[in-house]
Amino acid sequence: MELVQAAIAGDRRAIARLITLIESEIKEAPAILAEIYPYTGRAYVIGITGAPGSGKSTLVNQLAKSYCDLGRRVGVIAVDATSPFSGGAILGDRVRMRDLGQYPGVFVRSMASRGNLGGLARTTPAVVKVLDAAGYDLILVETVGTGQLEVEIARTAHTVLVVEMPGTGDEIQSIKAGVLEIADVVVVNKSDRDGAERTAAILEAMLSTRERWAGSGLVYSDHSGALLPRLAKYLGGEKSSMTEETSWRPRVVRTVATRGEGIADLLCAIEQHRQHLLTTREWEERNRLRLLSEIEQVLRRRLMERLLHQVELDHLAEVVNSVLARRLDPYAAAEQLLCG
Amino acid sequence: MIFMNQSHASPPIRVLIAKLGLDGHDRGALVVARALRDAGMEVIYTGLRQTPEMVADAALQEDVDVVGLSILSGAHLVLLPRTVDLLRKYGLGDVLVIAGGIIPDEDVPVLRERGVHAVFGPGSSTQEIVNFIREHVRK
Ligand SMILES: Nc1nc2c(ncn2[C@@H]2O[C@H](COP(=O)(O)OP(=O)(O)O)[C@@H](O)[C@H]2O)c(=O)[nH]1
Ligand SMILES: [Mg+2]
Repeated sequence: MELVQAAIAGDRRAIARLITLIESEIKEAPAILAEIYPYTGRAYVIGITGAPGSGKSTLVNQLAKSYCDLGRRVGVIAVDATSPFSGGAILGDRVRMRDLGQYPGVFVRSMASRGNLGGLARTTPAVVKVLDAAGYDLILVETVGTGQLEVEIARTAHTVLVVEMPGTGDEIQSIKAGVLEIADVVVVNKSDRDGAERTAAILEAMLSTRERWAGSGLVYSDHSGALLPRLAKYLGGEKSSMTEETSWRPRVVRTVATRGEGIADLLCAIEQHRQHLLTTREWEERNRLRLLSEIEQVLRRRLMERLLHQVELDHLAEVVNSVLARRLDPYAAAEQLLCG
Repeated sequence: MIFMNQSHASPPIRVLIAKLGLDGHDRGALVVARALRDAGMEVIYTGLRQTPEMVADAALQEDVDVVGLSILSGAHLVLLPRTVDLLRKYGLGDVLVIAGGIIPDEDVPVLRERGVHAVFGPGSSTQEIVNFIREHVRK
């Protein structure tokens, strides 16, 4: 496809068009992704998650500038929530990224979640691939930031930043929301406010006792019979290759994103994590799990579509009536529909 | 609503809303942004003090179907045509460009001539804007 070749060559209009096609999940999307895939795998992906207003977009603005100054080409994907009522969305992350307009090496794309709940849009991992293939070697992905469990970013990024604000122990959002488990680096932003030091200390203490992530965050699945834990078991058995000494201990970094303070420390922590991944087996393990998880998600969606498609409408109407009349329970109804 | 099949619906119209010029507030732009969201569109809101270069760059990267520009400063005869020219230069000639804010009636034909598709004054309803976009957006 001509558009794909132009995007790979770095044509920004082509990249933008291609993202729209992928995001719209048009019929040709799988073919496009197949053509792109051989060109991917070069980018380093950094995820930024955290409660609304914690300063994610402001941090992305600073990080993108810093990486650009280091000569990197930076892609930014900023995800915001789609309204469940209208299907529309206001995507406002660019307001905090106005500096990036002056950097020709930066490409910023806003995405609406379009009904997906895990903090990203369903097609965000595919859009990451488009930017990767187009030569953006550093990709920053900002999640919706509902303050809820947003674990999908852990399957998409190499390094996950969880952004926090100064507050007392029971105000710390990432502890409440249970996203600390996926953090590789915890950023205490707005450290110009009171209590930043204490917040950092509380987080340090929490992190020193937390569960190791390779066993929790990524493998977690609420589906019974999920392929991910099964394959992990098949490949590695119970014994994890990570011992106390080789496992990553998340860093806590304090920043003032609005003033660019602490950004150098943050870059340093990210680089340390990258080095950690590269020098241990975790790089390969994570990549394998990431790809498996992606395959599994597509597989689930396709299976579901296929099964639902097979349901005969007159049969469905009849079954629903039986359930309404209490002649059949919903579980038995589903079983009947499955059997056709 | 629960019977709506998302995957077969056509993708949402994408709109960039920006406030051109150095002065003012963005209340009007925000009201329009909300109305468009409630009409099912995806609105990329870029905020205050945007230049034509910033708008065209964002429109390119976001692959929007519509650019909506709010302007209060009186520099509309310079800034709006300049934005249209940049969009064309970037190959975005098929993007619908609409403007709002304080624009004297006598300037409207000039702006239309220079490629602004519609001008909505302070008296316009958001429904008019929604309808105009739906009717004229590229297919
Ligand atoms: N005081 C202070 N305010 C900040 C800092 N970083 C961001 N903000 C402000 O916090 C608000 C939310 O920031 P934003 O980046 O949009 O947060 P997001 O919702 O997590 O993306 C904005 O008004 C920012 O200017 C900081 O380090 N200190
Ligand atoms: Mg944000």
